[in-house]
Amino acid sequence: MSYQQVKFYQTGTLTVGNRLLDEQQRTVQATLDRSNSLDSGHRACQGCGEALGARYAIDAAMRAADNQLVATNATGCLEVFTTPYPESAWRIPWIHSLFGNAAAVATGVAAALKVKGREGIRVIAQGGDGGTTDIGFGCLSGMFERNDDVLYICYDNQAYMNTGVQRSSATPGAARTATTQPLGPQPGAEFGKGKNVPLIAMAHMIPYVATASVHDLHDLEAKVTRAMLLHGARYIQVFVPCPLGWGARPADTMKIARLAVESGLYPLFEAEHGEIVNVTRLRHRADVEEYLTLQRRFAHVFKHPEQLQHIRAIADQNIRKFGLLDAQEGVAR
Amino acid sequence: MLKQVEGSQAVAEAIAMCRPEVICAYPITPQTHIVEDLGAKVKSGALAPCEFINVESEFAALSVAIGSSAAGARSYTATASQGLLFMAEAVYNASGLGLPIVMTVGNRAIGAPINIWNDQSDSMSMRDAGWIQLYAESNQEAVDLHIQAFRIAELLSVPVMVCMDGFILTHAYERVEIPSQEQVDAFLPAFEPRQVLDPANPKTIGAMVGPEAFTEVRYLAHHKQMQALDLIPNVAEEFRQIFGRDAGGLVSGYRHQDAETIVVTLGSVIGTMQEVIDELRQAGHSIGAVALRSFRPFPLEALRQLIAPAKRVVVFEKCLAVGLGGVVASNVRMASHGLSVPVYSVIGGLGGRPITRASLTKLFTEAMQDSLEGLHFLDLNQEVVNRQIEREEGSRRSGSVAENILRDIGLVATAKVS
Repeated sequence: MSYQQVKFYQTGTLTVGNRLLDEQQRTVQATLDRSNSLDSGHRACQGCGEALGARYAIDAAMRAADNQLVATNATGCLEVFTTPYPESAWRIPWIHSLFGNAAAVATGVAAALKVKGREGIRVIAQGGDGGTTDIGFGCLSGMFERNDDVLYICYDNQAYMNTGVQRSSATPGAARTATTQPLGPQPGAEFGKGKNVPLIAMAHMIPYVATASVHDLHDLEAKVTRAMLLHGARYIQVFVPCPLGWGARPADTMKIARLAVESGLYPLFEAEHGEIVNVTRLRHRADVEEYLTLQRRFAHVFKHPEQLQHIRAIADQNIRKFGLLDAQEGVAR
Repeated sequence: MLKQVEGSQAVAEAIAMCRPEVICAYPITPQTHIVEDLGAKVKSGALAPCEFINVESEFAALSVAIGSSAAGARSYTATASQGLLFMAEAVYNASGLGLPIVMTVGNRAIGAPINIWNDQSDSMSMRDAGWIQLYAESNQEAVDLHIQAFRIAELLSVPVMVCMDGFILTHAYERVEIPSQEQVDAFLPAFEPRQVLDPANPKTIGAMVGPEAFTEVRYLAHHKQMQALDLIPNVAEEFRQIFGRDAGGLVSGYRHQDAETIVVTLGSVIGTMQEVIDELRQAGHSIGAVALRSFRPFPLEALRQLIAPAKRVVVFEKCLAVGLGGVVASNVRMASHGLSVPVYSVIGGLGGRPITRASLTKLFTEAMQDSLEGLHFLDLNQEVVNRQIEREEGSRRSGSVAENILRDIGLVATAKVS
């Protein structure tokens, strides 16, 4: 990958400051000819991480595919807020079929394009975490094992937001959802449950798996671009905060996403054919408290130090497991 | 060309000549032989360009077909029984999106208790899903209906289910006239979709529709089926002109014109019935039959005209609306509304129970004497049923119905031997 992470200390983020970069290094979002595939006027909430994540990802994919792109979409927030009939925010050919079949529909689209000799047209499937890690998991795994020529992008906001914030298998331990209410010393979502779909995707030995976060535009775009250079089954899971579902300020979406990564709770990495080839190292490790305190879904953990400790331990484990810190920096803060 | 072939092989040959572009396969008895044959044909290159995709479930099979059809490819899959139920959500979705997918259903019972044999509970469970449903009487008709199915589906942008009785047709070796590629090409032009996923003309397909438009969308789905009532006979006529034989259409009659008693049925059982009717006619009885070839759309008017002169109608079907009676019978009663023709409902052949000439002769004789009850179960073993009812009344822990009955039948058999 040619992407070199640059942090702009003037603003404290990695997503602005394009004017300081060479033109070739600037993001797709910073260009005048970006495709605006997901156009303005949709009905997403203020501060919606998914709307931004989808816009960034699809615009980058459009650039990489020379605007020859078809997308399939699982049922969920992204589908609902972009296509209230008779309006559509999509400027690409786009199909929504069901909650659990976005990957299979994409397989079908790719097969049809191959038969028609139009393999230059690339196919993306997308969905939220519920449509990906739970109800769509069978079709997703099938698409992976057949190595169908589809890039699946999961916008992970860690619960079923469209139906009113219920727990999914991507909901982290302790998080309050409508179906995991904290009660006294009992956490919201139970610790030790849920599944890590990027690692499961890797177990299918598919050409490319990556995690990304909506706050790191350069990294997200680079990963989508890398994925689009490859063929076969590819998977990118993008961390996208949900202000409404998480009880966070809409203005904090990017900050929360950044802190999730910098605390070690959401490790960013790339894997090819089942092997990790790149991890995003943490220059400064943020404390998990800083991340948690911005979200009401974790408010109860501050009354229960053992829960806070458990979350810390998860971050520690991620840092060890993925080597997120340089050896000399160690795990200790 | 006349061939002595298995029904599934014959259907696979017919599908192959329809130049399918994407075929999705998931194994379930009794449709497996169809997709196995097609898989071999695709691999040999005979169908190029065509993609054959082994999917992980029936839900995926139809979902892949939804994607490929929406991207403009002629798409085919086949299923049966539990598989059809597992893809139910996609069945409704395919018709809602107006995608002209053709799917074979090798009719089979639905569990529990699990049963691999033939009845029509599976396709009947999807009767209101917005698909056109055609029922084949023979393997020849299965071949012919599949070819017509693509034409009907693509003209209307509605998916079509071709239903053929599992094993009785799918696994039976019969003499079948396999049409030539030239005939099929003359009958079935290339697929021209109404809407297609194409970057040159980006469209949103499958948007959310609220109360302001949903009724109209559903009405138009019904309207398309009403259009199909006109189209299906026209397609059958075009077919006759090119292939030189009658197949398809809404209904077909057998010695019904002057019949006092008309049996209404669908699927392969009509073959046995024709023989029984011939025998009864020879004995001086006035009886005939009508087979429904299209169940959706339901040919209310065409059927009404055929049954209007009769004194009584006997609906014979291989499915049961538990808690009501006959599914087909309910529909036939709509067609007979206002006529003074009693409609008897007979359920038979469930889970593959043989429908014998002897049973049918007895049934029709009783019907002609008007001594049938309104809802009749052919060859029901009342003794076994009563024993289970007694068992349930006598004990809270009466156990599994299916296993008790199997045990009872075993005991009965043993008693007979000893």
